[in-house]
Amino acid sequence: MSILAGKKCVVIGDRDGIPGEAISACAASAGAEVIFSSTECFV
Amino acid sequence: MNSVIKGVGYVLAHTPDMVIENGTTQTTERIVNPESEYLKELPNHLRSFDEALAYWPNQVYIGNKTPMELAEIEQPWYDKACDETSRYGAYGQMMPEDEFILLMQACDVFDLVKLERGFVSAHKDALAQNPVIDESIMARIVEGVDASEIEQLIADDHAERICFGGELVGCVKPAHDIDVNLSAEIMLENIVEKASSVLSLLSLVHNTGIAKDEIEYVIDCSEEACGDMNQRGGGNFAKAAAEIAGLTAATGSDVRGFCAAPTHALVEAAALVASGAYKTVAVTAGGCTAKLGMNGKDHVKKGLPILEDMVAGLAVLVTVNDGVNPEIDLSVLGRHTVGTGSAPQVVIGSLVYDPLERAGLKVTDVDYFSPELQNPDITKFAGAGDVPASNYKMIGALGVKRGELERTQLADFVSQHGFVGWAPTQGHIPSGVPSIGYARDAMLAGDMERVMIIGKGSLFLGRMTNLFDGVSVLIKRNEGVQDEAAGVSETEVKSMIAKAMREFAATLIEQAE
Repeated sequence: MSILAGKKCVVIGDRDGIPGEAISACAASAGAEVIFSSTECFV
Repeated sequence: MNSVIKGVGYVLAHTPDMVIENGTTQTTERIVNPESEYLKELPNHLRSFDEALAYWPNQVYIGNKTPMELAEIEQPWYDKACDETSRYGAYGQMMPEDEFILLMQACDVFDLVKLERGFVSAHKDALAQNPVIDESIMARIVEGVDASEIEQLIADDHAERICFGGELVGCVKPAHDIDVNLSAEIMLENIVEKASSVLSLLSLVHNTGIAKDEIEYVIDCSEEACGDMNQRGGGNFAKAAAEIAGLTAATGSDVRGFCAAPTHALVEAAALVASGAYKTVAVTAGGCTAKLGMNGKDHVKKGLPILEDMVAGLAVLVTVNDGVNPEIDLSVLGRHTVGTGSAPQVVIGSLVYDPLERAGLKVTDVDYFSPELQNPDITKFAGAGDVPASNYKMIGALGVKRGELERTQLADFVSQHGFVGWAPTQGHIPSGVPSIGYARDAMLAGDMERVMIIGKGSLFLGRMTNLFDGVSVLIKRNEGVQDEAAGVSETEVKSMIAKAMREFAATLIEQAE
């Protein structure tokens, strides 16, 4: 069973790495509830 | 026909006082944690102008050193003084803060910038000696006001401070009593953008030798917005900067797209010229005070100097094909569309592999990829990694997946097809375009065939969309065919020879008769 199943998940993606939407999709597919998702720019 | 790149202007203004006064990391800290250790420690980490001159990435930016020479220097670079310390380079210059403050005043047309009388008289001669500053700019410098008037404007009228060497030397007044879009903070930010854009345009004119009245259109691609409460972001920075730079025959407009804007602007400039709408277009961008010291907390914590102390600007001149200068190949355009998606693979696929495939090129046919060229000295110590290197790895990895590269070639691909980053983290400034000066020189020397400029933009920061943005374009060595509009065309030459022959024949007939 996924370690994320049934967990609430806060997602912060990196515009030059993995965007928040992509991480959210992975987390949701592993059974997590994404309660906040954002992509940030660090440059 | 393709349009060409006739020259560039790359400038930096060393603005340590604006780091403290105007960088948003610092202004935010003063609000939420005014007694913080960071704010106390920050002044001890500011670089002198001489230290900024001796900083390797800065010397690459203005064209005194090449990206290849920088790549030979072991990172980090902040603790290794460059052997070249000139403030003037092949592409532009580094301007000290005193001259830049005076240039801001010269760019102000609404009597908003007030400088102290003694400061003006002490530093005016230095600006006058700058080789790109002419009498029309110097004529705009006013005598200045008493220090008491500046203090009163700051105390009673919400004016923004202008400091030099830690001392108050002037202020920027708000342009409206109520409208936040014309507040002193916004006006200072916009005047700094305008001044650094003007300096970029003047450097471009100086470097290319083009007559000012030959530039017909200017596109500003910075990240600032000007307008009042009824049209926040109305523009037009391009025309405002062109006015001060003396480009009397130019009109213009602004292009916005976060960090991707310079590449969008380059494509649009190339299209305007290729279509025949304008013969000569300048793309320009000034710098951003908000981003000064953006990663300062990490740099101070780790004992580094504040490396984000430079307001940057750039300008690129696009003209009709002269048969010599590098061509902007509009047939090889990468597009991140609304439907592309945001996964890194599809982003790189849409920006790099799709356009190359359409043109029948392989990834190894491109000498260099030029994505965002953020200086890793700045980003690595702030935990953001080496941005250009990450891009090359992704481009290479996709090449392996597509069978265009062997897995064992991946490490070499990164070093052989990628530049190290040298641009300051000024948002739009690092976005692909800082390499154009070097690439143009290499192509003119016959040492480079193709470079791909890649711009990316974080559209989600504006909270209008979650979409990412990206655009790319290929620049290639000139194939040697001149556009008719660039000079005398082949048809015209034939016509002239035929006319001369007819006249010669007529003369012979007359003599025979």
